[in-house]
Amino acid sequence: MNLAVCIKQVPGTNKVEVDPVTGVLNRNGVESKMNPYDLYAIEAAMRIKEELDATVSVITMGPPQAESIIKEAYSLGADKGYLITDRAFAGADVLATSKAISEGLKVADNFDLIICGKQSTDGDTAQVGPEMSEWLSIPCITNVTKIIEITNKDITVEREIPTATQTVKLSFPCIICVEKDIYIPRLPSYLKKQATKDREIAHITLNDLKDNNPKGYGFSGSPTQVQRIFPPQTNSDREMWNGTKDELAERLHKKLKDLKFI
Amino acid sequence: MFENKNYEDIKSIINDDERVLYADNINEEYSHDELGGTHSTPDIVVKAMSTEEVSKIAKYAYDNEISLTVRGSGTGLVGACVPVNKGIVLDMSGMKNILELDEENLTVTVEPGVLLMELSKFVEEHDLFYPPDPGEKSATIGGNISTNAGGMRAVKYGVTRDYVRALEVVLANGEIVNFGGKIVKNSSGYALKDLMVGSEGTLGIITKATLKLLPLPKKTISLLIPFPDISKAISTVPKIIKAKAIPTAIEFMQREVIEDAESYLGSKFPDSSSEAYLLLKFDGNSTDEIESYYDDTAKICLENGAIDIFISDTEERDETIWKARGAFLEAIKNSTSDMDEVDVVVPRNRVNEMVEFSHALQKEVGARIKCFGHAGDGNLHIYVLKDDIADKDWEGVLKGAMDKMYEKAHSLKGEVSGEHGIGYAKKGYLEKSLDKESIEIMRGIKKAFDPKNILNPGKIF
Repeated sequence: MNLAVCIKQVPGTNKVEVDPVTGVLNRNGVESKMNPYDLYAIEAAMRIKEELDATVSVITMGPPQAESIIKEAYSLGADKGYLITDRAFAGADVLATSKAISEGLKVADNFDLIICGKQSTDGDTAQVGPEMSEWLSIPCITNVTKIIEITNKDITVEREIPTATQTVKLSFPCIICVEKDIYIPRLPSYLKKQATKDREIAHITLNDLKDNNPKGYGFSGSPTQVQRIFPPQTNSDREMWNGTKDELAERLHKKLKDLKFI
Repeated sequence: MFENKNYEDIKSIINDDERVLYADNINEEYSHDELGGTHSTPDIVVKAMSTEEVSKIAKYAYDNEISLTVRGSGTGLVGACVPVNKGIVLDMSGMKNILELDEENLTVTVEPGVLLMELSKFVEEHDLFYPPDPGEKSATIGGNISTNAGGMRAVKYGVTRDYVRALEVVLANGEIVNFGGKIVKNSSGYALKDLMVGSEGTLGIITKATLKLLPLPKKTISLLIPFPDISKAISTVPKIIKAKAIPTAIEFMQREVIEDAESYLGSKFPDSSSEAYLLLKFDGNSTDEIESYYDDTAKICLENGAIDIFISDTEERDETIWKARGAFLEAIKNSTSDMDEVDVVVPRNRVNEMVEFSHALQKEVGARIKCFGHAGDGNLHIYVLKDDIADKDWEGVLKGAMDKMYEKAHSLKGEVSGEHGIGYAKKGYLEKSLDKESIEIMRGIKKAFDPKNILNPGKIF
């Protein structure tokens, strides 16, 4: 069985500063890491690999330094890694990103199951998985909280939606987007890291794709544009009250009522 | 004898009825600490809000010869904050202001009721670092100073005493004095400030502390190292130390304790397939720098039987490991009906003997004994669990186990307590462990500070 896991490199901390004038993320000196949600996707793939005879490939789109997360995936047990990288892919929105990854997946291998994390911690859109399903014309199930059964031709999963828990059986090929905490992700292994130090990472560029018209990718293939990035508004207003517990309780009650919280 | 008149007097000193608890108004929690082996309800509880109040209460206690026991969060484990002679309990948890951050002298000045977790959060927001890191983050700084708390980073950074620059102390007679200062060096007479650290409320009452800070390391990486058995794990530690690698922490843990933590926290540890683990933490300025430190350590571990080395290099990964490590005590407590602990410290190359001894002891005394601890500094936490041992037999079983463990620690040239203190529960063992002369000197010091034996009487010796 052939499994693919889509991963992304994101800033290493959530304390990234936004330049208030230009609205650009200040990435200088900020370490990067694998999107934490993707670790759950890799873990899900590794569990499947432990149960069935499967090959796990990871695929990411990004600049050459994104190789580091593929190496990390190797130290978690992934077998193969693909980096979709080309200047033509720069500036991609969700649509252009999902297209590039979909096209990349097509040339990389024939995958039975593609696993994505819930979302990335920098973009937070949770749309790449479902959009790939459109590009690839295969089904996609999001919000997967449990893998109930997997065979060589299909997978049965449980998904949480706001009002219900659904059990869904999908035939391969298909995409699942797994939730945080589906499993506790394993830690990178030093031994695997040493053993895979020189393992190859395949690069996929625009020219390698079947659809290699640059207009469909990167900035020019992106119908949406980010107008402004700004840090979320935070509020540190506070009042200090002194008084007996009865007075304070009375006052708190009145305040909450005035604010229409109660 | 504490009388109603004393209550009235104290009430008029404090002038706030809500902060003076008397008779039936005294909450049960004031009669014990976290482990609960020592019980005694005070006559009165005063929640102090200022140095002046502490001073007035101390003077009143001194003039009227009433015992005065100071208390922080009550997270101690040896009964140090339990008023065994009754009298006044002075609850310092309300004095919780962070008073000053001095970035030129790298110090922070706090009131004693500030919690350890509040202090570390505050200084880290300013890119500074208060290294002492005991597992119990809801302890107060006053309590940490009073027991000379150690914690997990002691291997590289030392213990609380190494970070106390100055103390404002209310003496037994109510006088307010200052020991130490915002100074890096000090050769001016006896080190009274250092004497206060670890004195468990018997010499004076700490009302303000100035603590030394370091620049916050930019990056930490933890290594979780599985071993086939605990003996292989622990015997690797002296080799790591000999190789001059300087991790901030070297902890050891066994699968059964990890499983307790998993069920207590309701979340899984990233790996629990092996019998025993070492957990190391390294800090530095970048991933590359830290990787260059730990590479040799990784090789040493593999040469000594490690199954693999798992790398935790992000906040999320660290959280899953260190949250469990921080919950071990609570988790073990949760797994049994009652328990008592041993907090011995032995030379680092003797840790294995102590651990093996405590394991073998289980059969001999007929109780489960669990342990984890700071392999890197020789400080072990060993717990004797009551489970379904009958109440009437428990004391005997416990005493048998404790006597043997302290005797063993002594024979390994260790000491009774690495970081939890002596308090009330471990007095007998301290007396056996130290020579008479040392105890006499301590008594003399106590007399010099507190001639009427008002402050936390009945503790340490």
